Amino acid sequence: MRLVLLVAQKDLLIERRSRVLLWQVAPFGLMTLVLCGLAVGPNASTQAKLAPGLFYIVMTLVALLVINRTSQLESSRGTATSVQILGIDPGAVFLGKGLAMFIQLSIVGTALLAGTTVLLHVPLHAAILTLPVLLLATATLSLAGVLYGRIAASSANAGTLLPALALPAFAPVLIAGERAFSSLITSGPLARWVWLLGVALGAYACVGLLLYGALEES
Amino acid sequence: MKQLTRRALGPLALASSVATFVMGYFITPPDKVQGELARLLYIHPAQAWVALYLSFGAATIASALYLWPRTRSMVADRVAASAVEVSTLFIGLTLLTGSIWGRPTWGVWWVWDARLTSTAVLGVLMLGYLALRRANDDPQVRAKRSAVFAILTAINIPIIHFSVMWWTTLHQGATVFTQNRDLKIHGSMAWTLLLSFIAFSLDFAWMVRARYRIADREAGQRDSELDAALRARRTESAS
Amino acid sequence: MTVASLCDVVVATGSFPLLSGVNLTLESGMTYLITGPNGAGKTSLLRLLAGLEVPSRGSGAVLGFDICSAERRELRRHVGWLGHETSFYPDLSPTENLLFAARTTGADADFIPSALERVGLAHRAKVPLKSLSAGQQRRVSLAWLLVRRPQLWLLDEPFASLDDEGRDLISQLIAAAQSSGATVVLTSHGALPAKTNASSIVMVGGRIVESAS
Repeated sequence: MRLVLLVAQKDLLIERRSRVLLWQVAPFGLMTLVLCGLAVGPNASTQAKLAPGLFYIVMTLVALLVINRTSQLESSRGTATSVQILGIDPGAVFLGKGLAMFIQLSIVGTALLAGTTVLLHVPLHAAILTLPVLLLATATLSLAGVLYGRIAASSANAGTLLPALALPAFAPVLIAGERAFSSLITSGPLARWVWLLGVALGAYACVGLLLYGALEES
Repeated sequence: MKQLTRRALGPLALASSVATFVMGYFITPPDKVQGELARLLYIHPAQAWVALYLSFGAATIASALYLWPRTRSMVADRVAASAVEVSTLFIGLTLLTGSIWGRPTWGVWWVWDARLTSTAVLGVLMLGYLALRRANDDPQVRAKRSAVFAILTAINIPIIHFSVMWWTTLHQGATVFTQNRDLKIHGSMAWTLLLSFIAFSLDFAWMVRARYRIADREAGQRDSELDAALRARRTESAS
Repeated sequence: MTVASLCDVVVATGSFPLLSGVNLTLESGMTYLITGPNGAGKTSLLRLLAGLEVPSRGSGAVLGFDICSAERRELRRHVGWLGHETSFYPDLSPTENLLFAARTTGADADFIPSALERVGLAHRAKVPLKSLSAGQQRRVSLAWLLVRRPQLWLLDEPFASLDDEGRDLISQLIAAAQSSGATVVLTSHGALPAKTNASSIVMVGGRIVESAS
C-alpha cells in the first residue's frame, strides 16, 4: 500500500509540475464538448437527449490523452532503465499509476460534467447523481488504461497504437456510463450498469495485478 | 498416426466443405418462411462458431500457456497468433454473411443488435492484436505483449457482450433448439447444419496449422540469420 | 568470491547478436574496465550484468541471481547503474527523484543531502532535472549510488561529458566503492585517469577477446 501511494504521489507530482492536465487535456475536453454541441445542432432538447453519450465519448477521448501521457513518463530509455533498476513491485506500480490516473481523470471528468450540464442542458440533479457512476467509470478506464498504455508503450508508433488497442475495450464503459447517466435523467434502470462497471473494474484489477509484471519485463 | 492425421486434415476439410456446399445448395429444401435465404444458415452460424469460440478460444488458451512460466514456449505464441489471424478472417466473414442475410430480413445491412455489435467490437480487438504484433520486432517482447492483450480481450468479451445485450437486441432468437432443447429444424437441414459446423471446424484447424507452419519457418529463418550473424561477429572478433 | 559468472551468453535483438557468446567471471571487490570499439557490446554486457537484458542463449548468474529467469528483477535491486542517458524523471528535482528512489527501495533517505553535496549538486537540489546540464544529470545518478551503496557498480562511460572536476569526482567515488568492498565494472573508450586501477576486459564483435581476470 505504501508503494502504491508513493508511485501515485510521484505521478501526481510530475503532473503538478508539468500542468499538462490543466493546460492541454482539460481544454481539449472542453473544446471537444463544444464541438459535440455544434455537431448535434442548436436544439436544446436534442442536445439534452444526446448529452450522456456525448459526455462519455469526450471522457473516453480525454482518457486516451491521459493514458498516453502517463505511459510516456517512463518511455525514455534512461528513465525506464533507472526505474527498472529500482525493482519496485509491479503490482504496486500498476495500482499506483492507476490511482494517479483515476485522480486526474476524475478531476477533468467532474469539470467536463459541469460543462456538459451547462452546454448540453442536462438536469442538474441527474448530473450530481451521476457523479459516483462517473467515478466508477473513470476508475475502470484508469486501470484498463495503465494496462493498455503499457502494452502500447515502447512499441513503434505507440501514440497511434494505443487508441487501436484500447478503444474497443472501452466500449462497455462507454455504454454503461451513458446508460447509467441516461437512466438518471429518465428514471430508468441503473443497477445493472453500475454492476457491469464494478465487474469490469474488478476484472481489470485482477488481470493487472497478475500480468503487469510480465508487461514490465517486456 | 500423427503424420496420417496431419495429412488427412486438408483433404477432410476440403471434402466436408464441398459436401456442405452440395447439401446446402442442392439437396436441402428451401425454408418455408425464409425461402432460399435460409441456405445462409449453413454458413453463418458455423463461421460465428469458429470466429468467436473456436479460434479465439484457442488463442486465449495458447496465450495463457505462453504466460504461464512452466508452459512458456514460442510454439504457444505462434499458435495464438495463427488462431487470431483465422479468427479475424472468420469474424469478417460472419459479419458479411450476416449482413447479406439481414438485408432482406431486416431491411438494412446493419443494425445495432447485441450479437452483431459484440462481434464487430471483437473484430476490431483482433485487428488491434495484429497491429500490436506488427509494432514489435523482438519475438519475446511481441509474444508477451500479445499474450497479455489476448487475455485482456478474453476477459472483455463477456463484459462487452452483456453491455451490448442489455443495450438492445434484435438478433435471431434460438434457431436450432427450443427452450426445452428439442430440435427445431429437421431432416436434411439439421444434418447439413451439423456438417457445416464440422466442415468449418476442420477448415479452422487446417488454416491454423498452415499459418503456424509459415510462422515456424519464419522463426527458423530468424534463428539461421542469428547463427550466421553470430559466426560473422565471432570472425570479426577473431581478426 | 565470484560476483558474476556468464557461460556462452548470447543477447540478440531480432536476428542481430549484441553479445555473441560471452564467457566471463567477475570476482568480488575488484574493478574491471571494459574497452572496445563502438558496437563491441560493452553497454549490452553491462545491461546484462544489471539484469536488464534477457539472454537468448547461454546461462549465467550475477550476485547469485539467475539472469535467465525472473530472478533478474531481484538482481536489479542490488546493483547500481550509471548509464549514458538521463535517468529518473526530468520534471522532478534531484531531491525529489532521490527521495522517490529511496522510499521505494528502503534505502536511507537521510543520506540524500550529503550525497548531493558530495557530487556538487547541493545548490541545484530543488530545480527540475531537465534544467540541469547533461553532466549534472549524470551526477544525480552518482548521488543515487552513494545513497544506495550497492554491492555491484555498473558505470557506462562514466567519464564521458564531464569536466576535469567531474572526472576527479568519479575517480574518488570509484576509489571509495573499491575500499568499501564493492565490485565496480565500467566501460570506457579511452584510458582511465591514472588514479583508477582496474583489470582490463577487451570486447570486439560482441565477444570478450582479452581478459585480465
